[in-house]
Amino acid sequence: MNIVVCVKYVPDATADRKFEDDNTVDRVGVDGLLSELDEYAVEQALQFREKREGEEITVTALTVGPEKAVDAVRKSLQMGADAGVHVVDDAIAGSDYLGTSLVLAKAIEKIKADTGADLVVCGMASTDASGSVVPAMLAERLGMPQVTLASVVESQGDQVRIKRDNEGSTEVIGATLPIVLSVTDQSGEARYPSFKGIMAAKKKPLETWSLTDLGLDADQVGLSVAYTQVEDTTARPPRTAGEIVTDEDGSGAGALVDFLASKKFI
Amino acid sequence: MSEVLVVIDHADGEVKKPTYELLTIARRLGEPAAVFFGSPDQGDAVAEKVKKYGAAKVYVIDDAQIKGYLVAPKAEALEQLVKQLAEKTSPAAVLLPSTFENKEVAGRLAIKLGSGLITDAVDVAEGGLTTQSVFAGNYTVQAKVTTGTPIITVKPNSAAPEEAEGAAAVEAFAATISDVAKTAQVVATQPRQSTGRPELTEAAIVVSGGRGTGGNFEPVEGFADSLGAAVGASRAAVDSGWMPHAFQVGQTGKTVSPQLYVANGISGAIQHRAGMQTSKTIVAVNKDPEAPIFELVDFGVVGDLHTVLPAATEKVKERKG
Ligand SMILES: Cc1cc2nc3c(=O)[nH]c(=O)nc-3n(C[C@H](O)[C@H](O)[C@H](O)COP(=O)(O)OP(=O)(O)OC[C@H]3O[C@@H](n4cnc5c(N)ncnc54)[C@H](O)[C@@H]3O)c2cc1C
Ligand SMILES: Nc1ncnc2c1ncn2[C@@H]1O[C@H](COP(=O)(O)O)[C@@H](O)[C@H]1O
Repeated sequence: MNIVVCVKYVPDATADRKFEDDNTVDRVGVDGLLSELDEYAVEQALQFREKREGEEITVTALTVGPEKAVDAVRKSLQMGADAGVHVVDDAIAGSDYLGTSLVLAKAIEKIKADTGADLVVCGMASTDASGSVVPAMLAERLGMPQVTLASVVESQGDQVRIKRDNEGSTEVIGATLPIVLSVTDQSGEARYPSFKGIMAAKKKPLETWSLTDLGLDADQVGLSVAYTQVEDTTARPPRTAGEIVTDEDGSGAGALVDFLASKKFI
Repeated sequence: MSEVLVVIDHADGEVKKPTYELLTIARRLGEPAAVFFGSPDQGDAVAEKVKKYGAAKVYVIDDAQIKGYLVAPKAEALEQLVKQLAEKTSPAAVLLPSTFENKEVAGRLAIKLGSGLITDAVDVAEGGLTTQSVFAGNYTVQAKVTTGTPIITVKPNSAAPEEAEGAAAVEAFAATISDVAKTAQVVATQPRQSTGRPELTEAAIVVSGGRGTGGNFEPVEGFADSLGAAVGASRAAVDSGWMPHAFQVGQTGKTVSPQLYVANGISGAIQHRAGMQTSKTIVAVNKDPEAPIFELVDFGVVGDLHTVLPAATEKVKERKG
């Protein structure tokens, strides 16, 4: 069995994230890393493998992104994934959800043709785009059941069950492998790479694919054919410093309530 | 005028406020047509509600063969509806309330229709120019769908609902759901218990608690109730098991954009800010004057929430009489 984990390389949320002049996300000038939310996806893929002793299971980490995005795959290998694939091509730059999901789907199909892809695991959202749409789009493109936003994952044989928090309820969703799964940050803490894992990662297979390798043309993806266009990006003006009082002998509550009343909240 | 499809947000036929916000927004783009996934028995009652906000039509899609499966059937039904309408005039847009489920429906629909998708808009202007708040609220982005029928998911509190009389003509739409769409099955559903407080994402006021509560949410809840507010929590409070995940505000919880947000015992980490930074007025109570949350506030109290909040609750009650 082969598990594919989709991992995204994103600008660090604690750095000053910004945009390029063409309104695309600056993915080069800002330090990047494996999206924290995709660490949970790697973790669940590894647990899936570990719970099935005796079965031959490989976990392949897949990323679509610029040169530096290979770091996301490397980190996944250090955590314990067996193989890595990095799809990189200048023509992919500036792709929107439709473009990105197309490239990912083609790459998954290629892996599937080579070694199979019984389980595709994604994070709940990328920390830069926060769309939470790519996993559903992959399910649509691949014609696989969509079992997304799992806070708990359980499986037996080819049956998978998850718990999913919906608006007003918690649901249990069931499906039969192969599936596209996405997991939330409630699904269980992700492991840190061990020293042994870091050393072992250096010897693991890591392939680099271009659009041609996927049978895609440059004019099918990227900024120029995106289905959406960003017209303008503006840094939010910093909030003007508010009034801060120190609570002494109960003065804080009074000041707070006076403020709320002055704003007509009471 | 082209129709603008608005997917109704409801719980068992009870129409929720974001529906009226979307109908208001839809009028800027064309003629609002509401789409009701639910029991046909409730169609007329729902139509009565959306009529007041300008819905010219209400497409009722019986959810009997839809609700037992995750996401895919809804996308299929919407695809068929859009394609049927396109035989006359293409719909001007499809608007959905921005919930996790609807974003996934929108994603699949975008692929089916070959249409551009914009998620989590906080405004949509005439001509379809959307506004989004990104990078934890540090940037505002304006974007447009350039290909296909624009599919836009819109966050709660993005517009003030404005009444307008609509015909609200009810029309049943029979969707054909394929077997491939029925492969992820809803095996069990457990409704969450209502707290009797306003819904977090819709509330005008949200009062939240974090690790600083030390696990005692009574002061937070008491203050919230005095203001008629919803209660929220930081992830630290949720991870500690003090509050259910449904109350989490932030990147991996709910995004709220209320008139007033009160953060108590919350440090203001970037992931928390991502869920509340666009609140109109921000207030914090924190005993650490260096807490980053104070960078965001309109008003802050450096103090212990366990003494400040109960005293403030009493004062609010006194004022309200
Ligand atoms: C991928 C990822 C996703 C995340 N998603 C979210 C998310 O959605 N939402 C979220 O909130 N966090 C999220 N986090 C976690 C976030 O980084 C912070 O760890 C979290 O927000 C901290 O919660 P806190 O402010 O309650 O706790 P702390 O940071 O520990 O702060 C507690 C605060 O309480 C104050 N305090 C203590 N005692 C008192 C008292 N008696 N009275 C008044 N003040 C007191 C302290 O001074 C301190 O400022 C995420 C993290 C990651 C990595
Ligand atoms: N460029 C990418 N490369 C690999 N995986 C991705 C990429 N973009 C999105 N994903 C996957 O899709 C999930 C949801 O992303 P999004 O819909 O952008 O919020 C992420 O958590 C990843 O698992």
